[in-house]
Amino acid sequence: MKEKLETLEQAIKNHINDGDSVVMGACLEPMIPFAAAYEILRQKKKSLNVIAPISDILFDMLIGAGAVKKVTAAWAGNVSAGLGHNYRRAVEKGDPFPIEIEDHSNFSIGLALLGGAMGAPFLPTKSLLGTGIVESNPNLKQEVYNGEKLIYVPSINPDVAILGVQRADKNGNAHLWGNLGIAQDAAMAGKKVILLAEEIVETSDVDSDPNRVLVPGFKVTSVVECPGFAHPSPVQGYYQRDHEFFHTYHKETKTVDGFKHWLDQYVLSVSSHEEYLKQVGKERLDSLRIKQIKLAAPVNYAAD
Amino acid sequence: MDYTTGELMVVAAAREIQDEEVVFVGMRLPMLAFAVAKRTHAPNVVGFYECGIVRDFPSEQLLYTMGDTPNIEGAQWCTSTNHLMFLMQQGNVDCGFIGGAEIDRFGNVNTSYIGNHNNPKVKLPGSGGAADIAGLSNRLLVIMNHEKRRLTEKVDYITSPGAGEGGNWREEQGIPRGGIGSLITTLGVMRPGGNNELELASIHPGIALEEVKENTGWDLKAGNNLTETDPPKPEELDVIRSIDPDGFWTG
Repeated sequence: MKEKLETLEQAIKNHINDGDSVVMGACLEPMIPFAAAYEILRQKKKSLNVIAPISDILFDMLIGAGAVKKVTAAWAGNVSAGLGHNYRRAVEKGDPFPIEIEDHSNFSIGLALLGGAMGAPFLPTKSLLGTGIVESNPNLKQEVYNGEKLIYVPSINPDVAILGVQRADKNGNAHLWGNLGIAQDAAMAGKKVILLAEEIVETSDVDSDPNRVLVPGFKVTSVVECPGFAHPSPVQGYYQRDHEFFHTYHKETKTVDGFKHWLDQYVLSVSSHEEYLKQVGKERLDSLRIKQIKLAAPVNYAAD
Repeated sequence: MDYTTGELMVVAAAREIQDEEVVFVGMRLPMLAFAVAKRTHAPNVVGFYECGIVRDFPSEQLLYTMGDTPNIEGAQWCTSTNHLMFLMQQGNVDCGFIGGAEIDRFGNVNTSYIGNHNNPKVKLPGSGGAADIAGLSNRLLVIMNHEKRRLTEKVDYITSPGAGEGGNWREEQGIPRGGIGSLITTLGVMRPGGNNELELASIHPGIALEEVKENTGWDLKAGNNLTETDPPKPEELDVIRSIDPDGFWTG
């Protein structure tokens, strides 16, 4: 099988184009691929349509740095603090420039990607009837089926889905555990899939538990070994959420100048993800590391 | 016994949960309300967390977000967001908690835009799962700070529908079920009355009716059986303080 290992720099350079629609994290609060967002900013990618149910401050920083043309999301802000300053500045004042918003709920964005995964043109739902979301997002259509009012959610097949996993082999077979959000739907719907993995493991390790596989390797375009990729968000079994980082971001990004300083400190003045981890600090990362071990009971896959 | 307004709100929210119910647990105070209900009057309650977690007992540790690692350890089911939404769409969720920036007299909640959505004065973060919970759960519970600018005559944008314009509006829209069960604020608890308008059902201890009315953006009616909100019991406070000893959420 084809080997798909690339560096983070190569993966973003080779598979993300200006103007692409990109799912960036799909597990909501955990497993957010911040390392990929930082690299996108270092490579100055532009005019992205960023897609996710909730990806915490990842969207806010991409918007503030001017990489985003459109936000397709259920929620954008700072989960610890509430509002996202850059998101507000862009929508309310067009600063650094105006962005388009495609309003969704968690269910409708989940259905859009599930529809994409199914190869269906749309999926119907009883949710969102009577909401402003149906008015501000004209792609959602109210229809009647057998006398029942429904909202038809058009499917989304993103150009790229960037997702985090705990471990993958070099062919893109990967294990993801904990809450899944809409990561599996996004992986199946993506025209290209980039996986950031805490660890690269032997294929036999992944094959030992096929029920835990996110998608088979043939759907995956690129695999990046990238320990610490989700910081400041958590990865089950590896590290906890760095709550203070989110609060500090909120305080420091209140003004445009404050955000520029933050961006310079953590993204633009560092050359790589490894440098970023150094900037965050070893002591801080060590304090977040998961120290206990709680293994699942083994399952027997034997044939006879 | 001394307690904070936050603790009273958590306890009031917990008491809205009946035993054996399936609860869609929202961020912040509802995560503690679920724990209080579970460890006091509702031992068989089940909690849904929209990131894709089902729990039949609360985490012992304080959660800052529902996707924190302690919320996954000991979960009953880790799955997709869609799976939980599918069950809720079928009618399997008894009640769900949300917060909001604005709510109006018919219980419509806005977490999206202040002003016109094409040219908003303030861009709020958006729905998350709130719009889905408002439309698909059997009973919507809302927790908010009681301020005149937040409890408004009419919201600028309906993110999560309550009773719309009142009366049978939900049925007319085709919404399959549900509606507001209660609104729990820093001053009292409201429930839908005639024409599905929110009326004051109880006032928190030490709060005057006038203060509640002055801080409400519509001509608030007191319900027929207006009472004082029952203060927290020691066993309820014990649960809150065992999880949140420093008062991060309730201080």
